[in-house]
Amino acid sequence: MLTAQFLYGGAGLVLFALGLWSFLVHEPLLRKIIALNITGAGVFHVLIAIAYRGDVAPPDPVPHALVLTGIVVAVSATALALMLGARLQDAEEEDRRR
Amino acid sequence: MTSMTRARRAARSAERNRDLSLLVAVLLALLGAALTVVYFMALQAGAAPRLADLAYERLPGTGVQNPVTAVLLNYRAYDTLMELAVLLAALLGIWSLGPAAPGFQRSGAVLAGMVSWVVPLLIVTGGYLLWVGGYAPGGAFQAGALLGAAGVIVRLAGDPRAGLPGEAAQRWLLVAGVLVFTLVGLGLMVFGAGFLTYPPKIAKWLILAIEMAATVAIGVALAAAYVGGRPPGPQARPTAEDEDALSATEPAAENTPAPSP
Repeated sequence: MLTAQFLYGGAGLVLFALGLWSFLVHEPLLRKIIALNITGAGVFHVLIAIAYRGDVAPPDPVPHALVLTGIVVAVSATALALMLGARLQDAEEEDRRR
Repeated sequence: MTSMTRARRAARSAERNRDLSLLVAVLLALLGAALTVVYFMALQAGAAPRLADLAYERLPGTGVQNPVTAVLLNYRAYDTLMELAVLLAALLGIWSLGPAAPGFQRSGAVLAGMVSWVVPLLIVTGGYLLWVGGYAPGGAFQAGALLGAAGVIVRLAGDPRAGLPGEAAQRWLLVAGVLVFTLVGLGLMVFGAGFLTYPPKIAKWLILAIEMAATVAIGVALAAAYVGGRPPGPQARPTAEDEDALSATEPAAENTPAPSP
């Protein structure tokens, strides 16, 4: 099942590259935050693919635990970034009105 | 005249931006191709020695049968403690940015009816996932995510505090995960084991206690992060009707899911 593992991890690499591209190229903060999340999803994909150890052996639990940790950290960072972005927008609108 | 030069300058800078983004795309395509080649070669090379074998070998002494839970709460318990601290820190950051926006308008009868069905179901499912994490996929984070989702639904249905209790109680629930985790670790040190080195006999119950506190803390943190600011205080609830509706939703959302064997 090497093909499935390669395709799964390869899809993760594609997501990683696409997310990084969007993060670098697009200016709006919200797009950057979403792009960074897609990048993270790509990394999680690769880690899950790496954990696969063939049809007989059970998957490696260590990368699975890393992904779980990573998701929680990504969610926390995203929530904080969204809040900061919203406050930044409020401040900019206030400046413009003055 | 000036507006024309400004327009020309803007057009030129847009062109430069387009060139730059093309360059970024080409470089990232090269990076992606290189990573794919490395990944393919790593797969072809076959399995190197891994931690997985060690993780499975030591599983009987960890108090749980699910290897992922064993990694998270036994082998790498430090890491999970810090992860809860990250979640707490993110929420403190959100709270420090100011008060929450007022919630949505109170839901109509149909949505309210659906919420009163879905939210208890989410809480029961969360309790199930928490318990099942001992021997199958599941655990505190999955259960906490469901509780957080319940909070999001309650806020969307019009409760400004997402079904959470007042600020003082929220603070206690939020630190519950880190607090219980640290207390268990320090308690074990007092009894002569290392920090978070569980004796195999009681490992299961210590892990369960930590996971229950962590579930509540994660659920409250996610719901509070969705509220997006310091919780609205008593002044934000002007009418008696609001008060009634709030206390009607509260017990459902703040209930600790009790695991049932």
